[in-house]
Parts: sequence; C-alpha cells; structure tokens
Amino acid sequence: MILAKTGNEAMAYAMKQINPDVVAAYPITPATEIVQIFSNYVADGLVDTEFVPTESEHSAMSACVGASAAGARVMTSTSSQGLALMHEILYIAAGLRLPIVVGLVNRALSAPINIHCDHSDTMGSRDAGWIQIYTANSQEAYDSMIQAVKIAEKANLPVIVSTDAFIISHCMERLEVLDDDKVKAFLGDRKALYPLLDVDNPRTIGPLDLQDYFFEHKRSEIDAMNKTLPIIEEVAKEYGELFNRYYPVIEEYRTDDADVAIMALGSTADTLKEVVDDLREKGKKVGLIRGRVFRPLPVEAIKSAVRNVKALAVLDRSDAMNAFGGPLFGEVRSVMYEEKNKPLMNNYIYGLGGRDIEIEELVSVYDELFTILKNGRVDNLINYLGVRGG
Amino acid sequence: MKEKWQELPIGCVIDKSSTSLSFKTGDWRSNKPVWDEGKCIQCLMCWISCPDAAVIVKDGKMTGFNYDYCKGCGVCASVCPKTAHAIEMIREEK
Repeated sequence: MILAKTGNEAMAYAMKQINPDVVAAYPITPATEIVQIFSNYVADGLVDTEFVPTESEHSAMSACVGASAAGARVMTSTSSQGLALMHEILYIAAGLRLPIVVGLVNRALSAPINIHCDHSDTMGSRDAGWIQIYTANSQEAYDSMIQAVKIAEKANLPVIVSTDAFIISHCMERLEVLDDDKVKAFLGDRKALYPLLDVDNPRTIGPLDLQDYFFEHKRSEIDAMNKTLPIIEEVAKEYGELFNRYYPVIEEYRTDDADVAIMALGSTADTLKEVVDDLREKGKKVGLIRGRVFRPLPVEAIKSAVRNVKALAVLDRSDAMNAFGGPLFGEVRSVMYEEKNKPLMNNYIYGLGGRDIEIEELVSVYDELFTILKNGRVDNLINYLGVRGG
Repeated sequence: MKEKWQELPIGCVIDKSSTSLSFKTGDWRSNKPVWDEGKCIQCLMCWISCPDAAVIVKDGKMTGFNYDYCKGCGVCASVCPKTAHAIEMIREEK
C-alpha cells in the first residue's frame, strides 16, 4: 500500500503494525508527534498496547525497563532534551540487556533553546550501549523501526532509530507500507530469556554488582555489541529479500571510481546524492558514503568504503566539544589509522540547531577536496560550514 | 574460582532464587554473641529481635547462633533480660 506520510507518521504507523505490548512515553515537547499519533491508535482500539503516559522521560524509560524485564515487547519515542533526561536509564536498559526500541527525532540540545535538527542528542548518548541507526528518509525510518525490533531481540540490546527533525520528521513523503500480517509474521513474538513474569522461576534483575563481578558483566555487554553487526546485516538482508528494500550499514553511492567523497549521517546524505549526480554530469569523480549504523561502528565497512578514496570530508551535525571536531570524524579517522591506503581527511561541522545545508555549500566541500588532492595536504582540518564568521 | 565473563548469564541476571543463603555475611562481624544455655530463660527476645535469621530455634527453644550469617550487631545481647544476662558480646578473634 502507498501512503503519504511524514516521518513521524511513518514511525507511528510502524509502531501500530508492530503492536508492542507496552509503550511508556512522555508525549509532550520536546517529543515530536510519534507517540501522540500512536496514542490515537491506542484510543481507537487499533493496537493491543498498554500505553503508559508518564510524568517525564526519565520515568518513561524506567517504565520501559520494567516492562521489558517483565518480558514485554516495548517501544517508546522521544527527542533532544527528552533523550537527555532518559540518559541515566539508557545505560540501565543496555546493561540489563533489554531490547527496547526508541523512535527518535534528532533535535539540538539546549542551550540555547532550539527544537530543530542536529545530532547532539544521540551523540550525547553514543556510549550508552544502544544500537544507533540514522535514517535518511521516511521510508527508511519506517522500515528501520520494524527491523529494529528484530535486531534488538536477537542481540538483546536496545536500539535507537532516528530521523532528522523537521527535514524528515515533518516532511510528507511517499511511503510504501507492508501489510499488517507481514509485519507480524516477520517479527513473531518476543521470547525473553529471563522474563520476570515467569513466576515459577524467580530471579533477580539489576542487583548490586561490585568490584568482583561488574567488569565481567560489562565485558559481556561489550561482547554483545561486538556481535551485533552480523545480526543487523542478517535482518536487513531478510527484510530486503522479503520486501525488496535493503539498507546496508554503510551505504556507498558512486564511490567505485571516486577520487573524493563526503561521508555523512541522516538526511544530508540524500541531499548529497543530488550533488553527486550533478557533479558527475560535469565529469567530476565524486562519491558519497552514508553512515546508517553508527553504533556499533561498522569498522570493516567503513574501511572498505573509505580505503580507495583519495580525499574524504566527514560531515558532523554535532560537535564533540573536545576541541577536535565532530564524533563521526574522530571515529572514522581512528578506524583508518592503521590502513595503508587512506584518504586525506578533513571535518565539517554543519547544520547545528537546524541550520539548512545548501547545495552550494556541499559543492564547495567537494571543491575543497579537489584542492586538497591537488596540493597533497589538508590545510584546515576542522571547518564550520554555513555559520556566519566561519 | 569465580566465573569468567563468558560463563555468566547476560545482563547481570541472577537466574535463581534464595541466593542470599550462599552469601555468608558472618565475616563482617567484629564482635560475637556468646550464649550461656544455663542462664537462658527461653524468652526468645533475641530470636524476635535478630535483624537477620541468626538465632537458631528448635522445637520452640533457643539453641545457639548461626555464625555464618550473624553480623555481630549485638541487638540480641541488648534485648536479653538483665536478670538473665545469657548473651554476652565478646571480641571476635580472627
């Protein structure tokens, strides 16, 4: 079925078809409409979900943890400050290995107060132990929400699926949805390993864990993240074969013979495809590398995509406030350190607080990459694109 | 030997109940209650007041302490009637 849906509506529609056992949420600003739309489905009796409206995002994620530990399939949604308020409980969800799925809209963190797109919210939670999937359009957001449930339950790790605020979340696009029964068959039921509601087998979840065991439990959680990329790939392939839409962890666009390339997350990558096509028509060998999965970091896929490019610009829609650029840049550069073939690299921080990224600006980045290539050196490692004053 | 990380259930789950039994807390003790059976009047104040379950009662009678779990708090000695004085706290010797 083909529908016209915004990113928020697409994510809420996916949640309706997933029909989770529990959704606990704080459906007020800064959250976008995802759970508000979903609560209409609850009110209309279109889902079987127990909907728990809470007094804050901290409570929402806490309720999700409890419900997931009980054995339920659990989802929620939030954005920016809401994710920040959940921060403490994000680590608990991951540490207890609970497969909660969050549909997130990437918005800037305060201050200054802003409700528009950047990636500072999810980047602020990048070390919390959650799988992170950045989508480039509504269709991918819809497909990724359904895949995320399966990934989460196979990996026993929580997943954030994100869209760029307004650019995707409020923009209406053509959306191809699956039949309800196909979503149901694809996901099956959750089979929790240690459900608390299994009263015949009492167990303890979340005990105090001191110097003698904490490190072993964390090591085990790290191992789970180490084993997650093949699960994401397997689920993406299964989904692709069944429904004809496949998304790789790292998407390469016209990189085969590209001399220079830009790497970016989210909706900017879709804009870049236009830029790449235009420049290709002019005979310039440019390409695009889109990071779809950021946690776990797809190290081998990044190496394989980046290795043969001669100059690479990494675009970050947040700054790590480490006085050394953005988080994606730092990690991609680190991944390539041991490689014999690696490009000259620079970093652009762009689009903070929803500042539009213009086609001309992206063209200027490719131009700069060709200059870097000609000179054989990077003069400006970290750059600020689209800000008054540079 | 404690388990390696590969041998533990995921998510720091303790996948059984009553595990406090295997957690012997007696080594927290610095003072130890000693019971004098001859002076005991079997009022069971020590049993009812023990914050753990370290007073062993059989057939309705106090029979001694379980030193695996007694943390040496001294509540038993404190509630033991002064006229009986059947429980005395002494320094724990390692």
